[in-house]
Amino acid sequence: MLVTKYIIMSSESNILPSDIAMKIYGSGYDVLVKETCFGVIINGEKEVVEALIKEIRSLDPSGIFIKDRGFPPGDPRRCRGRRGGGARPGFYMIESESKLLPMISRALASEGESGPIVKEKARPLPLKRLEEIVNEG
Amino acid sequence: MAKVIVYPPTSMILSDLVDRMGHKALVVPEVVRKLATDNNIASPPLNVTSEEPKKGLRYAAVDVPSGIRGRMALIGPIIDEAEAAILVQDPGWLTGCAGCNRTNELVRLLIRTKGIPILDLSYPNNDAEARDFVQKIRKFLEDLK
Repeated sequence: MLVTKYIIMSSESNILPSDIAMKIYGSGYDVLVKETCFGVIINGEKEVVEALIKEIRSLDPSGIFIKDRGFPPGDPRRCRGRRGGGARPGFYMIESESKLLPMISRALASEGESGPIVKEKARPLPLKRLEEIVNEG
Repeated sequence: MAKVIVYPPTSMILSDLVDRMGHKALVVPEVVRKLATDNNIASPPLNVTSEEPKKGLRYAAVDVPSGIRGRMALIGPIIDEAEAAILVQDPGWLTGCAGCNRTNELVRLLIRTKGIPILDLSYPNNDAEARDFVQKIRKFLEDLK
């Protein structure tokens, strides 16, 4: 099944859409790539796209974000070139969330440095507390 | 791996965080893709056939505006499929298929009455809130495993 994904960079990431596009061209995967101002759109078979996304994420794990897209790149039903200009429906949501990406990206990076939250280990019931429970009964 | 519905259902940040943490995010673009890229387009351009309003009627009554029923035809089935939910309150800038407030109220109601684990959040405004946002999502998703 063909899937389409957006690859969107945080504005603070050192990776540019052109870097991602070049990486995809060089990877030899059979996918369709479209470079945009905010990232890259890729279209291809699900397994291929997922493998490619793993490689792309490794370029900047905390600064690259992935989003699903319903329509293939350049689809005349969505492409603004065929609809008389203006932003594509759905761009506004990406634009709004893009403003938060640097913060989320820094949060993910700091989590990576300090490690994920360590779950509190379950401790055995202290003997004293067990005695209290028995006496209560 | 749990199927997690995110609200807003077109959110890039939430769907990315869910996928990144090893779960499946249920999002609207996936449903749109099934319709828009179907080999047998019965009703161009968007392939919305007479079946879609019928799906919408499962979630909203016939006297409810058609926009709500149309949106529910896409969002309703993924609510049925969801095993957990992450809801972001009052994002303030919902557009497109997530831009209808009445639909959003219905979506939130259906998710809440479904009885699945729910994480309520707000979008962060600073770095400390962003760290808290990411950690809460991670902890919630870890607990689902």
